[in-house]
Amino acid sequence: MKGLYENEMKLEFLSKSNNEAFARITVAAFAAQLDPTIEELADIKTAISEAVTNSIIHGYENMEGKIKIVAKIFDNTIEVEVSDSGKGIENVEMARKPLYTSKPNLERSGMGFTIMESFMDEVYIESVLGLGTKVTMKKVIEKQAEFDKDKQLEVVGANSI
Amino acid sequence: MESEFLKKDKLLLIKITEEIDHHSTEKIRRMVDNEITRYMPRKVLFDFGKVSFMDSAGIGMIIGRYKTANMLGGTVEMTNVKPSIKKIFEMSGVLKIIPVVKSA
Repeated sequence: MKGLYENEMKLEFLSKSNNEAFARITVAAFAAQLDPTIEELADIKTAISEAVTNSIIHGYENMEGKIKIVAKIFDNTIEVEVSDSGKGIENVEMARKPLYTSKPNLERSGMGFTIMESFMDEVYIESVLGLGTKVTMKKVIEKQAEFDKDKQLEVVGANSI
Repeated sequence: MESEFLKKDKLLLIKITEEIDHHSTEKIRRMVDNEITRYMPRKVLFDFGKVSFMDSAGIGMIIGRYKTANMLGGTVEMTNVKPSIKKIFEMSGVLKIIPVVKSA
């Protein structure tokens, strides 16, 4: 059976803050097969870090719970779902607003969703109070110009003559 | 994280050497606030040259330290800020109160 996706991975870990780095590095390693630029990879890492941190701080309010990540690749697009079974977001529209934070006392900037939205191409938030939150993000990785590589080779060839 | 206080200029240099996220900022915050209250610097200069990753936790971290330094009469500046990190500071408007300067 041919699947919808060319590749897929699932990750589940405890909502501990030292897993923030683990999560973003793992997703970046999975995304690497699309041959992203360093900048695109940094964008993905940052967006994942924001989503996972939200689950830890807001979803579970620093209590122990499980965070799931499902990442899929099709064509030149990576789709990443970050979900928790935490308390859910009361007002998603408000949470998306730049600089809005429900926890200003924790030195949170309120830029999490704004960063996800500007670093990824699409961001969907599904949240049910008391059940949890799922953030789905997509990013198209532009095919790096093969043309440039060929051109470089040509130049190298020309020089060696 | 490494820090150095230059007595002559009342300058506190903070070189962050780890990735900046929600996990690492708790430690950075505690250590830097300690240094600021200990030396009461006129200026705190954050060096981001060794920072390979930063998410929005860095925004809250730097604004928080600005508040601590400011309360004690000091200012805050940043240096060696890579484009990927600068992008995050720009989005939040932090650069209006905490400027990026050329490294000494």
